[in-house]
Amino acid sequence: MKNRDPSRASSAPPRREGAERDWSVVVEDGRAKTNEPVSSAVANPEATTLRHEPHEPPRQHLPTKLFEKRTKVHNKRIDGRFRRFKWFVMFVTLAIYYATPWIRWDRGPYAPDQAVLVDLANRRFYMFGIEIWPHEFYYVAGLLIMAALGLFLVTSAVGRAWCGYACPQTVWTDLFQHVDRFVDGDRNARMRLDAAPLGPKKFAKRTFKYTIYLVISFWTGGAWIMYFADAPTLVRDFWAGEAAPAAYITVVILTLTTFTLGGFMREQVCIYMCPWPRIQTAMMDEKSLLVTYKDWRGEPRGSVKKAQKNPGKFGDCIDCLQCVAVCPTGIDIREGPQVGCITCALCIDACDKVMADIGRPRGLIDYATLEDCEKEANGEPTRSPWKAIFRPRTIAYFLIWGSIGLAMLFALGVRSHVGLSVSPDRNPPYILMSDGSVRNSYTLKLRNMESRPREMEIAVEGLPGALMWTDTIGRDDAAGTQIKTVPADQVLSVRAYVIAPEGTSTQEFNFRVTSRDEQQESATTETRFDTPGGER
Amino acid sequence: MANKRIDEPTGTETVGHEWDGIEELDTPMPRWWLWTLYATIVWGVIYVILYPAWPLINKATEGVLGWSSRGELAEEMSVVDQARTTVREELARIPIERLPENSELFGQAVAGGRSAFQVHCSQCHGSGAAGSQTLGYPNLNDDDWLWGGDLKAIEYTLVNGIRAPGVNDTRMSVMPPFEGAFDADQLTAVTNHVLSLSGKAPSTASGAQLYQDNCSVCHGPAGEGNRELGAPRLNDAIWLYGSSPEQLRAQILNPKMGRMPHWSGRLDPVTIKMLSAYVWSLGGGEEFVEVAEDPAVEVDEEP
Ligand code: SF4
Ligand code: SF4
Repeated sequence: MKNRDPSRASSAPPRREGAERDWSVVVEDGRAKTNEPVSSAVANPEATTLRHEPHEPPRQHLPTKLFEKRTKVHNKRIDGRFRRFKWFVMFVTLAIYYATPWIRWDRGPYAPDQAVLVDLANRRFYMFGIEIWPHEFYYVAGLLIMAALGLFLVTSAVGRAWCGYACPQTVWTDLFQHVDRFVDGDRNARMRLDAAPLGPKKFAKRTFKYTIYLVISFWTGGAWIMYFADAPTLVRDFWAGEAAPAAYITVVILTLTTFTLGGFMREQVCIYMCPWPRIQTAMMDEKSLLVTYKDWRGEPRGSVKKAQKNPGKFGDCIDCLQCVAVCPTGIDIREGPQVGCITCALCIDACDKVMADIGRPRGLIDYATLEDCEKEANGEPTRSPWKAIFRPRTIAYFLIWGSIGLAMLFALGVRSHVGLSVSPDRNPPYILMSDGSVRNSYTLKLRNMESRPREMEIAVEGLPGALMWTDTIGRDDAAGTQIKTVPADQVLSVRAYVIAPEGTSTQEFNFRVTSRDEQQESATTETRFDTPGGER
Repeated sequence: MANKRIDEPTGTETVGHEWDGIEELDTPMPRWWLWTLYATIVWGVIYVILYPAWPLINKATEGVLGWSSRGELAEEMSVVDQARTTVREELARIPIERLPENSELFGQAVAGGRSAFQVHCSQCHGSGAAGSQTLGYPNLNDDDWLWGGDLKAIEYTLVNGIRAPGVNDTRMSVMPPFEGAFDADQLTAVTNHVLSLSGKAPSTASGAQLYQDNCSVCHGPAGEGNRELGAPRLNDAIWLYGSSPEQLRAQILNPKMGRMPHWSGRLDPVTIKMLSAYVWSLGGGEEFVEVAEDPAVEVDEEP
């Protein structure tokens, strides 16, 4: 790493000084396992092109700068099992993001055919067979709680793995970094190009690259709005200039943010803008899997040559800096766990490759728990990484997570598709009629949550002698029940008058609404009948 | 700040605070952060130039765009007004008794009437149109109407008022004061008879006689009232000025007679129409029936 300012270094100290005497033994141990001689033939050609810092840079006490220029990260291409997993997650998440709005779901003539749709105008949320109404927002709250618990679960098991693989910022950064490599070439070519003066070739490359950035960003913003309207119609309207202004504004904003955050801010988002790394530290413990550099095995570092000259003096790390070169956030994991590490494990892939090349066992950098690190450093046997995933804490998280999910599914299954809310008039609370009877008026909201019109019967229950009529019929037609047709997927507001004979006292009673179809779903709401003399 | 020191492992200065032994390294912020700050400052300056910002003694600086929330409101209001004109034109055209047939227009009329009511009528009749018994303002929600409760009658009352001075066609009825006409026993007898009409007290022969002689001309032999004259029904449960014997007695001796201003010339015909529709919709509205010459036909007893 060139230009690494000590003041920017991680807060985690290299744990070398204090532990040297213990670990030298372990280092010997580590050596003992790898009997093969270190071969200089496998010295990585890339490695020689990297400028190394002296192993122990002299610590200067520079005056603290107030603000620091960003050091651009040029991360190197790498292949390996974690990289392949990252490709897989990237493919799946992007596919979900871009394809979901295009899935159709037949809901009949009265409801949209889009499988996943946030219908803000009509305040409905459709998700395959599920339809959420505004008053059922607790389902969304439940999903958010599940998402949070899911993050806790993942974090307590494998640290910041969400960040490393599935976080949108990571996925898009990764995508943009692939674009970088595609247009500008790999790390060294990119560094050369960055340093080169702006000529026609560089200009052309930059233009090409930023165009690709923009296309991806536009696609990202464009896909987002598809969730809020019928996707095929929206695409047509969008290009015909007929879509809602909000659609264009959203696309522009999301294009710009994707362009900036994915194309330029990248690791700055993960390190400085995102609150999650600050929170996650509270959720990890000594049993969580973290990407760890096993310094007891790697230190002291030395090149392959040095190690050959002084057998037994050096650890397994040959200071080739491959782990730094591949890191998407540009950190040196050998400085210990740090906030900038998103647990993407690309450094593991890189180092494993180096270890394979120089003929030493893999895993100098590896997913390990703090507990296992201590054990390994002391030469004790370690446990399987699965133990980190299946342990009481993660199981507890999982059980809570799962029971919320089951509870929500259950609630979804048994919920009624009719609803009734009643608000009695309070001004005035009652009306005395000329024949001495008393009238109260109410605003009823009949909710039909099915995608077809339904006839519903409204009845007054528990108010002796009471009759009701609504604003569409006269008092002459007052009866104990009234029938209304509620349009598909809608709430029908009905003003209802209830009249009770003279002498009725102030009391509670029920409105009941029942669907007049095979389901006979009903909902009951209690309300109050006020009369003169009734205490208020 | 005095405790600033260099953190040994990293070589970074600490900021000098300590919380439970945890110290914070004085790590510099990224440069773009600084630029973001500058950008917000620049934005702030631009905003101050463009929009009203600095409060002065009487008002704020105006900003070169000339934007004001008042102006914005006026603009929005004019848009709304424009949208309303079609409805208003339609309302002006339709005869009021036919309004309920067009339920959409009717709904708009009721909505418009509701807000006009709050502005012009709620002072007397109350925001819920429940009136006031103590002050003698009729409840407009019930089904008792002094002058008729169909849309046309309501509109007429609104246009011409009741006992409105200087209006030729105003609703006009006068109950003569009986101060001095009855002695104390007679007063009690006639009061009891009036109460008996709605079953509130036992009647006496003398009371009935006094009623027939003095009151039945207007209020009807059975106290059924007379809408032509605006004479209240006495055989129902609704009492404009109260139903206690004292209140009744006071009303016989020295009757209170309410007044309602006329709205013609003060409100435009469409607003009056909307107000009528609103009052009619409150739950006591009567169906409009083409009345033949015979004034005795009770409008509300049609099937
Ligand atoms: S940890 Fe591995 S990849 Fe990193 S410098 Fe050492 S040997 Fe190279
Ligand atoms: S240090 Fe390793 S795991 Fe952490 S972000 Fe860098 S490459 Fe990924």
